[in-house]
Amino acid sequence: MAQEYRLILQHADEPGYTNDIECYLRHGGYEGLKKALALEPKTLEDGSVKSGPEQIRDEVRTSGVRGRGGAGFPAARKWGFINHNSGKPIYLICNADESEPGTFKDRQIIYKDPHQMLEGTIIACYANNVHLAYIYIRGEFHEGAEILNRAIREAKEKNFIGKNIQGSGYDLELYLHRGAGAYICGEETGLLESLEGKRPYPRIKPPYFPAAYGLYMCPTIVNNVETLCCLKHVMLMGGAEYAKLGTPNNTGTRIVCVSGTVKRPGYYEVEVGKVTIRELIHDFAGGLPEGRSLQAVIPGGSSAKVFRAGEKFQIKKKAGDGQETVEMDLEDLPYDFDTVVEAGSMSGSGAVMVLDDSVDMIEAIANIAEFYAHESCGQCTPCREGSLWLKKALQRLAHGRGRKEDADYILRIADNIPNGRTICAFGEATAWPVQSTVRKFREVFEARGAEDEARRARETEGAGGVGKEMDVAASSQP
Amino acid sequence: MPESHPNFEVPSQLEAEIDEVITHYPEKRSASLMVLHALQDHFGFLSKEAIEWAAQKLELQPINLYELVTFYPMFHEEPVGTYILKICRTLSCAVNGAHRLHHHVCERLGLDPNSHASQTTPDGRITVEYAECLASCGTAPVMMCNAAFYENVSNEKADDVIEECGNNGDTETENKEDV
Ligand SMILES: Cc1cc2nc3c(=O)[nH]c(=O)nc-3n(C[C@H](O)[C@H](O)[C@H](O)COP(=O)(O)O)c2cc1C
Ligand code: SF4
Ligand code: FES
Repeated sequence: MAQEYRLILQHADEPGYTNDIECYLRHGGYEGLKKALALEPKTLEDGSVKSGPEQIRDEVRTSGVRGRGGAGFPAARKWGFINHNSGKPIYLICNADESEPGTFKDRQIIYKDPHQMLEGTIIACYANNVHLAYIYIRGEFHEGAEILNRAIREAKEKNFIGKNIQGSGYDLELYLHRGAGAYICGEETGLLESLEGKRPYPRIKPPYFPAAYGLYMCPTIVNNVETLCCLKHVMLMGGAEYAKLGTPNNTGTRIVCVSGTVKRPGYYEVEVGKVTIRELIHDFAGGLPEGRSLQAVIPGGSSAKVFRAGEKFQIKKKAGDGQETVEMDLEDLPYDFDTVVEAGSMSGSGAVMVLDDSVDMIEAIANIAEFYAHESCGQCTPCREGSLWLKKALQRLAHGRGRKEDADYILRIADNIPNGRTICAFGEATAWPVQSTVRKFREVFEARGAEDEARRARETEGAGGVGKEMDVAASSQP
Repeated sequence: MPESHPNFEVPSQLEAEIDEVITHYPEKRSASLMVLHALQDHFGFLSKEAIEWAAQKLELQPINLYELVTFYPMFHEEPVGTYILKICRTLSCAVNGAHRLHHHVCERLGLDPNSHASQTTPDGRITVEYAECLASCGTAPVMMCNAAFYENVSNEKADDVIEECGNNGDTETENKEDV
């Protein structure tokens, strides 16, 4: 049976573990930071000198840590885009906006082990010559904000934040900034606009990559809460040791959130790639309710493409020196960054949403479409209009007022949103779940549309009948 | 336009808090959201006067703040219930009874269970609305009452929460907090 591997969540749920600094220090807290600050400049064979921060960046590169916020981009590579000689200040932001549907891992860290997140953030700041950093926390985490503000105060009192940290000569100020209920603030450039006091309209890339033109047009690093927590462990274990966890190119541990129609929904920290989707659903999350069977899995938050139960994928595997392609069942896929992408979706924010056969897929996708229609920032026409049309068409179908041609109509809208037509990846996030659901469950959509047409025809002939009662699709009648 | 608030006055302690928050940023404008939060936590909504006051404080035009109030869902231009119940309606909650919960809460408060818009009881005490994923999908369905958060909410649990709203004094809004 698959096992959890708790590294980041090692203490969080232990009885008696509290979120104050004394408890954290009793559990070896801030040792990673102390180790980081103590690194002496190293003279290399060619006579050049590597500073402490440069050595930390090397360790992080060796560790292979990839971003846990959504894109899985290697942390060290992101940091590598920062120009340390631009003469401008470098900023770092911890992305604690956690708003991708299905995701509830950062919440565990913020509420139960806030100092671990601060330690990781401070290490990242030191490694990148950052002297002013912010935590951007979603507005609905009221208590989380109080906990973090207290943690920041405690860390200041103990001189882990502030001037001349632990006598190292390094200065860092760190503040908490609260969002106000908009999902798009999680997108890094939208976040930056929001932090500048504006509407969170994402910026177009290029040229506005945060590493080049970030906060106040200065070089800026945005990393997710969990990514930053990994750094503490990279510091303590060393990059090479850390990289032994997980699987090649998919190193370390990851907190996977399983929700939906499972018996034991929850968060499970596992070595990346060592656990399959079947094990996540059945071993960890207790399987489906009695008598139900699997219908669909959304593997990386609601922005990911949907998998249909029974799907098979051609996955490339290392074999000796070469590669071989093996056919794999959905449930046998190892849950990592690369395999899930190869199967055509993504592990995104680490959120696995499970839907059994009791769920109406049309209602489910209408529910997701409503989310995106509500959250589009409205800058780009394909996204603003497209998300709304998708919501309306899907709700119409979900409410028993569909048409035979709806599947094609919905796909035509969805296909015209992504692939460079919008400023930010929200466009893809809107289209992907819809495109994949309609394509993979096409017969369900066509049958529903045809049924609705037939019923309407009978009704006009006076046979009577009513629309369907809604469960999941929610919302106002379109 | 935002509602007007006669005799609007910012108490000195709140102003001191706001002045402190502004020092967290190299540019004053960055403090906008935090200042609006502080004002809303105190007054319950963001009136025309509050927005003008904040604009002056941050050396901005009122429109720079008004456009935030109209964009960010957590800000209110008009008074809302003393207690705001937010019920998550996103997928993992929806398949675990979010609509059952919304229906129950609305019926119990005499609101329209079929309306999905924000609704407030006639006495102005409780506002019920749907929210998007509140990042606790593992304990669905979830809801918030002002700053307080509730997981695995059964109808009975919702009744208890509503009961508490009824028993607390009008002046207690529970959503005061550090900024
Ligand atoms: C629409 C959208 C919403 C996002 N929401 C979040 C979020 O809530 N939290 C987060 O950490 N990253 C979110 N991201 C990803 C961020 O843009 C960014 O890539 C991430 O914070 C980088 O951190 P990482 O490299 O450590 O993963 C979102 C991206 C998009 C396109
Ligand atoms: S893609 Fe959508 S969310 Fe992103 S900038 Fe354009 S309109 Fe806004
Ligand atoms: S879906 Fe309700 S908390 Fe995420």
